[in-house]
Amino acid sequence: MLPDRLSRGTVVALFGGLALLLLPFADLHVAGHDPWAAVGRMAWGFVRPDFGALEQIGRSLLLTLAFALGGVALGGTAGLALAPFYGSRPVRALCIALRSVHELFWALLLMQGLGISALTGLLAIALPYAGIFAKVFAEMMEEADPRPSAVLPPGVDPLSRFLFARAPLMLPAMWAYSLYRVECGLRSSAVLGFVGLPTLGYQLDTFFSEGDYGAASAILIVYIALIATMRLWMRPGLAPLWVLLSGLVLATLSSPPMGEGALLRFLTVDIVPAPLRNGGGPAELIDWLLPLLGRQVLPGLASTLVVAQIALVLTGLVAFATSGLTVPRVAGRVGSLLGHFVLVVLRSIPEVMLAFLFLQVLGPSMLPAVLALSLHNGAIIGHLLGREGGTVCLGLRRDAPRGLTLWGWELAPRLFGRFLALCLYRWEIILRETTVMGLLGVATLGFYVQSAVAELRLDRAVVLLLSAGLLTAGVDALSRALRRRLGADRAQSQREEGC
Amino acid sequence: MNRPLLQAESLGYGASVVLRGVSFALAPGERVVLLGRSGAGKTTLLNAIHDRLIVAGRRVALVPQDHALVPPLSVVRNVLMGRLDDHGALANLASLVRPRRADRAEIVAILAELGLAAEADRAVEGLSGGQKQRTALARALFRGGDVLIGDEPVSAVDGAQAARLLDQVRGRFPASVLASHDVGLARAFATRLIGLRDGAMAFDAAPEDVEAGEVEALYAP
Repeated sequence: MLPDRLSRGTVVALFGGLALLLLPFADLHVAGHDPWAAVGRMAWGFVRPDFGALEQIGRSLLLTLAFALGGVALGGTAGLALAPFYGSRPVRALCIALRSVHELFWALLLMQGLGISALTGLLAIALPYAGIFAKVFAEMMEEADPRPSAVLPPGVDPLSRFLFARAPLMLPAMWAYSLYRVECGLRSSAVLGFVGLPTLGYQLDTFFSEGDYGAASAILIVYIALIATMRLWMRPGLAPLWVLLSGLVLATLSSPPMGEGALLRFLTVDIVPAPLRNGGGPAELIDWLLPLLGRQVLPGLASTLVVAQIALVLTGLVAFATSGLTVPRVAGRVGSLLGHFVLVVLRSIPEVMLAFLFLQVLGPSMLPAVLALSLHNGAIIGHLLGREGGTVCLGLRRDAPRGLTLWGWELAPRLFGRFLALCLYRWEIILRETTVMGLLGVATLGFYVQSAVAELRLDRAVVLLLSAGLLTAGVDALSRALRRRLGADRAQSQREEGC
Repeated sequence: MNRPLLQAESLGYGASVVLRGVSFALAPGERVVLLGRSGAGKTTLLNAIHDRLIVAGRRVALVPQDHALVPPLSVVRNVLMGRLDDHGALANLASLVRPRRADRAEIVAILAELGLAAEADRAVEGLSGGQKQRTALARALFRGGDVLIGDEPVSAVDGAQAARLLDQVRGRFPASVLASHDVGLARAFATRLIGLRDGAMAFDAAPEDVEAGEVEALYAP
């Protein structure tokens, strides 16, 4: 279907053209009345952070940390146990299914059986992460140097072989990856607050509805500081202690009691399509499915794609524009520090939370989602490009230019291929996050999922989630095909680049 | 041990043949050194001899050319890996956490003879090339057995030390087969020299029966 090779220009034109075509279908109007006044009130609050609500801020941050560390530890352990069997088809299928459902959707589903409880939050992070960990750990096991194991005397038992000659070779990479996952976990955990778990998102929502922008500013500052300093407090020796403490914190969490057998009913009754549950046959099933597809799945998919494609192109613009911002030879010493600061803030705040902030100002439309997605993802790509730009600068000739000339003549041409590969790689991530934006009221797939859950029609929610998973898988395959045709398939180095 | 390990066999990787018509037997007390240019088939022959000895049920200690150490583990633990097949999984797990006192004492004694005692608890990834090579040799010495198979086991240490290391090998193994580039060292150590050239054995004789010209011919272009 696709030609064997594609030029970079063709790919840019394809995506840019598609985004322009979709623009008329996007609802990008500013819905809030007098957004400037809102911006003023918020900005005023944000420059005067108020740490007075110490108890609420401390509690929600503590729970955010506890859910993140507990969830990553649980997911990592499960992933490690699954990794050796990743070659078998059922295990791989299970892992793909686990990670194709977003953390927030897992939380929504789990709540039906487990209520707003510690276990819901833990599993919402641990389940998708187990699927991701299994895949990455399996890759690491394949890549580890086979020679030490080959030189062992014959007759060494498999466990000793693994522990002495394989595990030590993988440990540094596994630790580095786990650290990076903790960072992702902190974002996931914070965002779980938007579906009702007592983490940062919940507290932020509360502060905003009370108009307490000073406290909202304070909690965001501490949160960003926590993420920025993670590598200082997350040490191999301390990790077990943090995980243990997380367990203790979560154990103190009281949750509203669930009815007897709620979990069992959820698993065996609620998610079975209604016509089958009521004894109907295939005909009734189709009668049930067709309107669902026509009225929810297709409109949901369409608006998800509209938002994601426009956000992807904007992401590219943001990334390209910020790629020189952190390179001292381009932006100057002070300028590059400032650039680092802006990009760290945008990278640390998860898309959904950023969208929530924009929603408060701009009102409900696709605009807050598009802005949040493109700023967050653009900042991530911009940061990575800046890092590579710094490396390029080390090898430049002594009389190379500086500033914008350097960026335009030396950096941008060299980094353009990498830039495209990173954008294509984040395409799938942007799509995943776009579906979730629906939980904030934007009409993407997540919106229909949440409505179905609210109406206790879990069978419909499952169909919607399946279609979201299929869409993501399709985009993932297309992105991989495009990257291969651009000669830019560097999967391994991209492992550490996207939550 | 006197039964031939190889009888007029062709050796190589997959479809490509490196050595043709090779026969080889190893008697107790023999110290064999393989000579030849890079790519002459020394490693191929060593690997074949190693595999046949294993099949024959011999205990073999191996020093591969690329050392095959585990960089993040300490020198002591890397040396300990020479005897993993003597214990069960649980005992090995325990000694990974903390090597047994008796093992440790024996390993440190070997390391002292190789001039590595000070590095005992350092991770291998921080060692120099020569130190890594001696760690690989220590692993083989600690393993012990009927035969040592070594692929350039002392190439990365200086001459005087190399001679002392080979004395260690002579003292600890009843028989050994090494590959080497150092003709002087080989003559001093070996009871038998094998020259490889053009995919075959050029000579197989005691050092005193191999003339200097024959050895030079191996390396001639």
